[in-house]
Amino acid sequence: METIEKTKLATIWLSGCSGCHMSFLDQDELLLELAKKIQLVYSPIADIKIFPENVDVTLVEGAVANEEQLRLLKQARAQTKILVSLGDCAVTGNVTALRNAWSNSDQAVLERAYIENANANQQIPTDVPKLLKKVYPLHEIVKVDYFIPGCPPAADIINYVLTELLAGRKPNMEGRSKYG
Amino acid sequence: MTKEIVINPITRIEGHAKVTIFLEEDESVKEARFQVTDFRGFEKFCEGRPFYEMPSITSRSCGICPVSHLMASAKACDAIVGVTPPATAVMLRRLMHMGQMIQSHALNFFHLSFPDLLLGMDADPAERNIFGLIEKQPELAIQGIKLRKFGQELIEKVAGRKIHSSDWIIPGGGKWPLTKQNAGYLLSNLPEALDITLKTIKVFKNCLQGLEDEVKNFGNFPTYYLGLATAKGGLEHYDGKIRIVDAEGKIVADQLDPAAYQEYIEEAVEPWSYMKFPYYRPLGYPDGTYRVGPLARLNIASHCGTPLADDELKEFKELGKNGVVQSTFHYHYARLIEVLFCLEGVKEILENPEILSDRVSSKAFVNNVEGVGVAEAPRGMLIHHYAVDPQGMIVWANMIIATEHNNLAYNKAVTQVAKKYVKAKQLQEGMLNRVEAVIRAFDPCLSCATHAVGQMPLEVQLIDSEGKMVHRVVR
Repeated sequence: METIEKTKLATIWLSGCSGCHMSFLDQDELLLELAKKIQLVYSPIADIKIFPENVDVTLVEGAVANEEQLRLLKQARAQTKILVSLGDCAVTGNVTALRNAWSNSDQAVLERAYIENANANQQIPTDVPKLLKKVYPLHEIVKVDYFIPGCPPAADIINYVLTELLAGRKPNMEGRSKYG
Repeated sequence: MTKEIVINPITRIEGHAKVTIFLEEDESVKEARFQVTDFRGFEKFCEGRPFYEMPSITSRSCGICPVSHLMASAKACDAIVGVTPPATAVMLRRLMHMGQMIQSHALNFFHLSFPDLLLGMDADPAERNIFGLIEKQPELAIQGIKLRKFGQELIEKVAGRKIHSSDWIIPGGGKWPLTKQNAGYLLSNLPEALDITLKTIKVFKNCLQGLEDEVKNFGNFPTYYLGLATAKGGLEHYDGKIRIVDAEGKIVADQLDPAAYQEYIEEAVEPWSYMKFPYYRPLGYPDGTYRVGPLARLNIASHCGTPLADDELKEFKELGKNGVVQSTFHYHYARLIEVLFCLEGVKEILENPEILSDRVSSKAFVNNVEGVGVAEAPRGMLIHHYAVDPQGMIVWANMIIATEHNNLAYNKAVTQVAKKYVKAKQLQEGMLNRVEAVIRAFDPCLSCATHAVGQMPLEVQLIDSEGKMVHRVVR
């Protein structure tokens, strides 16, 4: 029996809205084609809980906003050949980084939600991953191989990039992508 | 010795979260906590933005139900400008919101939960996902993909794009009318979507036969149910007034003004989660547990108002006492009935000639310095509340998200399932997957609820009374 080596694909969702993952799913029928070529080894839509070794391609949605995300991104980078910033939050920080306008942004957003806009047990949660002082796009933390802007990027752009990467080619983003 | 089991991250939900299971001395389950682990801060960072940007910004709370945020936000903006959108604009908003409901429910059912229902709770974790389903049950996977696509295309045809279609929606209505061509396209695809839904309901009922135990033990407990309903008590997703029923089906409160939500709903905080705990104010915290979302909406509604959905609703209501179904598992069934209801609604709206009218917006600027917008998102009631200065700049905002309302109920449900299935001495993956599955049944949208969320491996930690880890197993 002939076995075809499938490309190991991971997808990560950091601080974002999951819209980029939804756009990934908007590939609709093309997902059936993709299924023949990839093995989904880590993703919020799959059940493997540990980021595996030797991943071929990792798509990362979202900006880096807390300590756990910082750790996961560094781990993913160390264990992935090609790391892709997927969507505007990963590429620029986008809406997630709007809080950076406040110098003490972590405290400012926490106080509004958990002290001011709460009625009982007002307190800032502590037994949770700590927010970073500011929000970072991926390339400020790790080396990023490709960028797919868009809020979210359209499904056909995601499909184009994956198709090129799976074929071992370098995607050409010129004229293919836009912010927002 | 205090011992705890941590499931992190919870997967195949719309967000990242973890569950910590606390054990007694004899290693039986004492309590389980559902913890949300990230937070973005929309309520603060929107300050200083012009109010008319709010639909576009808050849509980015969630890529799964962005349209619901667009609705709640636009309605809050309608209140600030003090206008009523033209009838056609309301129909168009309803239409795109039905698209949202269809795609989001299809996503939960086919892409996230079906792997458990069809492949089995104890199936290989590496296959328990949509790609596993494509491999094992390609026909069903294609149906799910097509149904979700219909919902997404409905949004796209009305508002220009599938996700974050905020270019179309504006305070007072929408920017452009629906074209005849787009209406025709949607009508031509409707029969297939309806056919898939009816078939899926049959498949689901067949699946139930092997899952009696899960139905009985998946978050099956009495709570209040809260949601919007029409003036006659019918199922409603876009407008309506708040109705609350108790576990016996008695109406506790009815026709409450959603804009006065603060009179009925307050929020508490716990140090171990970024998701707040709303409660029904008259009962206080934590007694005021209520549930929202598809199960709650069908529990509070006396009828759907469309023939096929009404037939199913009758059957649904027979599963409970006085028409109130307690088992969280039946959120799945409720979602399918709502898809049916929406598809019938889409047909009704598209066949109304007024849908093509080009009067789609009412224009005004700031006339009120405060506005509340409420809609039923796929997962339950969604509230946006803004205050602006006379120039229309946001000075304060509050959002209560559908998933948050269920927070107290989540914690009860994971405790119930953990007590029933988790045996710490012979821990198996399938036991923990059931804890996750009850969460999937609720269909939390944590992306929304944290207004977001991080990941770590699934690990079981045994921690002694001095807080020192004595044993750790990682899967």
